[in-house]
Amino acid sequence: MKFNFRVILLIAAALFGIIFSVPSLTQSEHGAKVTLGLDLQGGLHLLLGVKTEEAVNSQLKSVASGLKHFSEQNDILLDGLSVEGDHVVFELMDSEDGAKIDEHLKSVQGTAVKLSGAAYSVSFKPEEVEKLKTQSVDQAIETIRNRLDQFGLAEPVVARQGVDKILVELPGIKTPQEEQRARELISRAAKLELMAVDEDRSMRVNDMSDAEALSFGDKILEDALQPNVKHLVNEIPILDGTMLTDAQVGYDQNNRPVINFSLNSAGAQVFGDFTGKSVGKRLAIVLDGKVYSAPVINERIGGGSGQISGNYTIEEANDLAIALRSGALLAPIYMLEKRSVGPSLGADSIKASLLALVSGFVLVMIFMMMYYGLAGIIANLAVLINIFIILAMMALLGATLTLPGMAGIVLHIGLAVDANIIINERVREQLRLGLSVRKALEEGYAKAMRAILDSNITQIIACTILYVYGTGAIKGFAVTLSMGILASMLTAIVGTYGVFQLFTNRIEKSKNYKMWFGMTRKVNA
Amino acid sequence: MELFKEDKVYNFLGKGKIFFVASFVLFFLAIGLIAIKGFSFGIDFTGGTVVQVKYQGVAPIDKVREALEKEELFKHASVTEFGSPEEIIIKTAASTDGLSKDIGDVTREILKGTGEFEIRRVDMVGPKVGDELRVKGLTAFLLTLAAIMAMVTFRYEWRFALAAIIAIVHDIVITFGFVSYFEIDFNIESVAALLMILGYSIHDTIIVYDRIREHIQESKNSDFVMIVNEAVSRTQSRTTLTSLTVFFVVLTLFLFGGDIMLGFSFPMLVGVIIGTYSSIFVAAQLVVWTGFSVARYREKMAEKIKLQAEKEKMRAQFEQGIV
Repeated sequence: MKFNFRVILLIAAALFGIIFSVPSLTQSEHGAKVTLGLDLQGGLHLLLGVKTEEAVNSQLKSVASGLKHFSEQNDILLDGLSVEGDHVVFELMDSEDGAKIDEHLKSVQGTAVKLSGAAYSVSFKPEEVEKLKTQSVDQAIETIRNRLDQFGLAEPVVARQGVDKILVELPGIKTPQEEQRARELISRAAKLELMAVDEDRSMRVNDMSDAEALSFGDKILEDALQPNVKHLVNEIPILDGTMLTDAQVGYDQNNRPVINFSLNSAGAQVFGDFTGKSVGKRLAIVLDGKVYSAPVINERIGGGSGQISGNYTIEEANDLAIALRSGALLAPIYMLEKRSVGPSLGADSIKASLLALVSGFVLVMIFMMMYYGLAGIIANLAVLINIFIILAMMALLGATLTLPGMAGIVLHIGLAVDANIIINERVREQLRLGLSVRKALEEGYAKAMRAILDSNITQIIACTILYVYGTGAIKGFAVTLSMGILASMLTAIVGTYGVFQLFTNRIEKSKNYKMWFGMTRKVNA
Repeated sequence: MELFKEDKVYNFLGKGKIFFVASFVLFFLAIGLIAIKGFSFGIDFTGGTVVQVKYQGVAPIDKVREALEKEELFKHASVTEFGSPEEIIIKTAASTDGLSKDIGDVTREILKGTGEFEIRRVDMVGPKVGDELRVKGLTAFLLTLAAIMAMVTFRYEWRFALAAIIAIVHDIVITFGFVSYFEIDFNIESVAALLMILGYSIHDTIIVYDRIREHIQESKNSDFVMIVNEAVSRTQSRTTLTSLTVFFVVLTLFLFGGDIMLGFSFPMLVGVIIGTYSSIFVAAQLVVWTGFSVARYREKMAEKIKLQAEKEKMRAQFEQGIV
């Protein structure tokens, strides 16, 4: 019995397969493991869209407020300054100011100006719109990732999918309550604004329409805690969340959770100046368009810190602090797809597919043994090694095992056995022709290999297309199947041949084709 | 164990017409079914929501229906038992796009008071996602067909490729005729099954083709019908054995994989049977009908070999410095 390179290769492949699939099978802490898909371990899968137009829109609004600010500072009279669709429009009252306005507009990035007489129409160039949209998606991914990292769940995945979609996967979610909390945290705009209350007109807020408020440069906002209370505030905020450096949960004098935030030095400066000249007036703390509190300013507040109180539970306060710390979303996000699987269902699915896997495998093994004798056992060994190799490769590549992936493996057992059937049938044929065992093996493998290669190459091409065009579940299926095909070529074509070569002389001497190849009819040689 | 006589040549093509009629009838019956009855597409394609709920004890389906009726999102929703009497599936065409309160949360609120339950799965697909999936799925399918056509033409001949493609379409259409008839949910897993059947069908067909090619090259016989009969007979035992093992395996998947795998396991189960049938009775028969001529193929092969030999001769002469 002489060891040949084929057997050594098979043993190496077997060792590789077994060693690297041990961590996955024992669920040990060490080593690379196959990740279970959300459908098997339970969890939340979200596909999110970003309303990128709204990011562009709000940018356009800030161009408008910039114009307003600039014209007020330079005593330029603008008539009818407003946002109409994707344009900022206004009319210049005094043509002598034209140069100044043009210069200001030139300093605003990516705008195109259309002028007819004294009527201006300002919009973003198409490439600027694209840039703003991409930016808003990038920023959303970054922000959501920051928030989820701080939320404290195991292995959150936040990734871009396609051009403007965001994939979020949270395997750790166990209860519906937890899931809802996570969804709220992700979607929260977390836009913090500090706004001045318009004390002169505040009394009339309940009778005022939105349009009327706008004509005074004001905005009507609802109270967050008392739904019937309205506040009239200056439309342009004093400060917004971009100047925030930290937000932490604290407690007020009644031991209720609050959020303490602090501003950067520029923010602290603006805040100090404003409170200094507004003593006796009220300051509204606005979060996502709702007023949380509007305390009276008693004195100049330096140091740049403030507090949001809103009857929070500790969890709510905690989530809000996370959202504030990781910044506001530039554009609102919405849900395109959601798949949430409870952990008990995942466990059931694993049980069901394992049962299918094992019973399918046992059936095939018994059948092969009965039909091909020892050759069948060798084939079974090859298929078993094959499965270990798939597991090991998946673990090393960090691939995810999903339910369709499991189906792919189950199905693969059937197909992996096929290579062995083709080979054994060919070898039997050659033996019947009266060839020596050595020659029969040689011819049989050569002939079988041609057909197997033709077919497997076609299959791998199909799998590649499947992988490129498929989505999550299909991708998993394509991965397990193509790994299986590669592994089966190694174990069936190379490996089993090596094993037969080990025994060639013994088979030749014994002439016991029944035991070795399961051949029951007499050979005429 | 041996099931098939090794030297007997079965006359598969002799009954070609019968199988042609059978295939023809099945094929157009399937097309008719699909056209008239259509598929019950899963939410992967149409958009919508599926909620799987497990009750402690038997699920109160009537109570659930009654509770759901009042909610706009669940107008025309269907409630069916799923796998066991404790479990139900609620299906509706509606979906929600807000994150803070979604259709799953709504369901939980509505079902409050119908008993002790646990929501085990919420799958929600927005309307746009489905469209994208349909386009992608179809692209993948057509690309795969094109790739197979190219591959088989390269390795065999265009007539073989054409016959293989017709056989594949035959298998898939008939299989999905059954899917339509039994109203199995057509979802993303069914697309995987479809592509799997495609792979399985071409695999089986190639094994038979490989035999035909071998016989053309090795035997002196020029009668293509004889050659095909012999090739199909020789691969008969392999085709049957493999089909049986794959069938066992798919059957276990069908029996134990649960209702959640039905969209995959059912088409696979039918596809394996049809695929086996077509690689024995349809694919090779079609090559005969495309007018394949053994003599011409051999001529071409001989020419190829001659060309190759000439090239090598020239090279040898060149290397020896004769030219």
